[in-house]
Amino acid sequence: MHKIVNKKQLNHDMFWLEFEAPYVAKKAKPGQFIIFRVDEYGERVPLTMAGSDKDKGTVTIIFQSVGRSTKLLSQLEVGDSILDVSGPLGKPTKIDGLKRVCVVGGGTGNALAYPVAKGLADSGVKVDMVSGFKTEELVVLEDEFKSAVDNFYLLTDDGSKGEKGFTTDKLKKLIEKGNIYDEVITVGPPIMMKFVCEVTKPYNIPTVASLTALMIDGTGMCGGCRVSIDGEKKYVCVDGPEFDGQKVDWDKLIARNAYYKDEETEEIDHVCNITGGVRHYE
Amino acid sequence: MNKQNTKTPMPSQEPNIRNSNFDEVALGYDEEMAVNEAERCINCKNKPCVDGCPVNVRIPEFIGKIAERKFDEAYEILTSTNSLPAVCGRVCPQENQCEGKCTRGRNGEPVAVGRLERFTADWHKEHRGNKEVHKPESNGHKVAIIGAGPAGLTCAGDLVNKGYEVTVFEGLHKEGGVLVYGIPEFRLPKDIVAYEIDTLKKKGVKFINNVVVGKAIYIDDLFDDGFESVFIGTGAGLPKFMNIPGEDLVGVYSANEYLTRINLMKAYRPDYDTPIKKNKVVAVVGGGNVAMDACRCAKRMGADVHLIYRRSREEMPARNEEIEHAEEEGIKFHLLNNPVEIMGDEKKYVRSIKVIKMELGKPDESGRRRPVPVEGSEFEIECDAVIMAIGTRLNALIHDTTPGLDLTDKGGIEADEETGATTKRGVYAGGDAVTGAATVIKAMGAGKKAASSIDEYIVGKGKKN
Repeated sequence: MHKIVNKKQLNHDMFWLEFEAPYVAKKAKPGQFIIFRVDEYGERVPLTMAGSDKDKGTVTIIFQSVGRSTKLLSQLEVGDSILDVSGPLGKPTKIDGLKRVCVVGGGTGNALAYPVAKGLADSGVKVDMVSGFKTEELVVLEDEFKSAVDNFYLLTDDGSKGEKGFTTDKLKKLIEKGNIYDEVITVGPPIMMKFVCEVTKPYNIPTVASLTALMIDGTGMCGGCRVSIDGEKKYVCVDGPEFDGQKVDWDKLIARNAYYKDEETEEIDHVCNITGGVRHYE
Repeated sequence: MNKQNTKTPMPSQEPNIRNSNFDEVALGYDEEMAVNEAERCINCKNKPCVDGCPVNVRIPEFIGKIAERKFDEAYEILTSTNSLPAVCGRVCPQENQCEGKCTRGRNGEPVAVGRLERFTADWHKEHRGNKEVHKPESNGHKVAIIGAGPAGLTCAGDLVNKGYEVTVFEGLHKEGGVLVYGIPEFRLPKDIVAYEIDTLKKKGVKFINNVVVGKAIYIDDLFDDGFESVFIGTGAGLPKFMNIPGEDLVGVYSANEYLTRINLMKAYRPDYDTPIKKNKVVAVVGGGNVAMDACRCAKRMGADVHLIYRRSREEMPARNEEIEHAEEEGIKFHLLNNPVEIMGDEKKYVRSIKVIKMELGKPDESGRRRPVPVEGSEFEIECDAVIMAIGTRLNALIHDTTPGLDLTDKGGIEADEETGATTKRGVYAGGDAVTGAATVIKAMGAGKKAASSIDEYIVGKGKKN
């Protein structure tokens, strides 16, 4: 059992949780993820860590309540416990040799980009952060990014906060302005990451994408999270989650991630019935 | 003595009823059936059955007690060498082990050792429970076990009985390894696995779940934490794919994924969150027990199921009983056929599987006749899911973070066959992590040998100091 010691709501459906997970905290590095299972009936869901504290033995995650499991997780309060937390899983972000990078985050991806950007900045890398959201109400972690990175660029699709426009356009402008990046790192919806890779390709800028895939065990046991990298089968959970974005078969990844969409929609409706029953947390 | 030439039959669910539920297929003996079968054992002098058992269960002795209706005593004898009797009685390939060597089998059917083992364990659970499990006194020595599968559980059981303070680290959220994620409920009910693990807990074995050794903790950390010896029983969990075109299509599963969703995550039950597709037509590729399990699970999920295997029935590595069960339940067998491509639709979903007919050529290195494709014989089977059950390979997570631990050419952990000793001092290994995919009982045998080596190692170390 992993007791929740801190909780913040960042916007109407994004949450920040800190919970006890001493084994995870001991070895966790930026870019790695955990798998949680909320209760006995729960599914196993991967989430990139937002941070960890060795001394306190705690891990923090930032997540959006989008489906049944994240909804249940968001209903837990300080003092409640998450049944299972496994990690740290996956390979950490490679930092060696980088001098200047641009991190591009979109939507929930910003929550996952934050620990990566902070980890890089803490290791002495100069970091430009391009952070995109649909609209003002969804903006999160603005202050955190500002204090962590060198240059922070905030965008919204509708211009309700920061600059109006898409992260890809901003990235292109920064490159054209003459900024030299050793690497671009992108975290967000696959479709955005795909477009980021299209922006950087003509400039030959190495581009790392942090992939999200459907997972079960997270230890390489089932291959459910497999992706095609340059035509080769790779597992996001053990070979990733970060890959050379130029080599990812994005269309296959997007198709695989959508496989259980019908079941997921059904599940959400189902939550409404069940939260009044055994799985009600309030 | 009972001169009956055949095994006492065991009741089971009817094929056309059981293929739409996940309840156990075989229903087990009652007391009368068990006593009747036990009386078939002639208690022969040389006891070949005991040699046939990788954990050397004292077979004629426990069977003798059943014949005398002393079921408690039968259980004591059985569990003196076997920590998981309800499991072994159900999933061991007895025809190649104890029963394969039974003297009665030379002239008729062997004594149903597995069924009697199962009866003894189930009877004890039902009538005695495990409320008053004897907790052995601690000898003060700490041993860490990595992996709560059959090898690790057996090693833990033997060591705790000897007084060791045993901690088992398990990567998943439930203990049991393949017993919980691989073998389906209808062959091995999960409450039976949980019960046997609970017995170990009551004896004092400590389980720490959700810890992936090699990620969350390294073997060297365990020694720093005061463990004097480590047993690695991490299995061979990485799925193999065929590397044919179309394997990335949506709807292509490894058997590990399909079975884990169903067995560990209980995706077949609406009250559990993990989803699984209700596929209409499923093609399963392979010929082992895992392929049979995948077929029978897919059938129970409502699919029309086609098994595709490149050799003939004779070469199938699955247990005969499992193949028969699958046939009875309506699985369609396409023997001597091999997939060459999986075809998809515009959404990248599986549409069909293209297979080629095979004929058997000369025997290969495994001794089985090598299948050769018949040119121009390709045909398509329409399906909306494909499950690859063509074996697993070894996982190198632990090796990558453990200096001094060598691997074999095949990628298994190098370990002495008799003692389980690896190339790293104090570290022992056994089961599929060493041999690659084998059987539950072989893993248990390896766990048993390692437990006795660990005991010798720690006792010997004490003498030296």
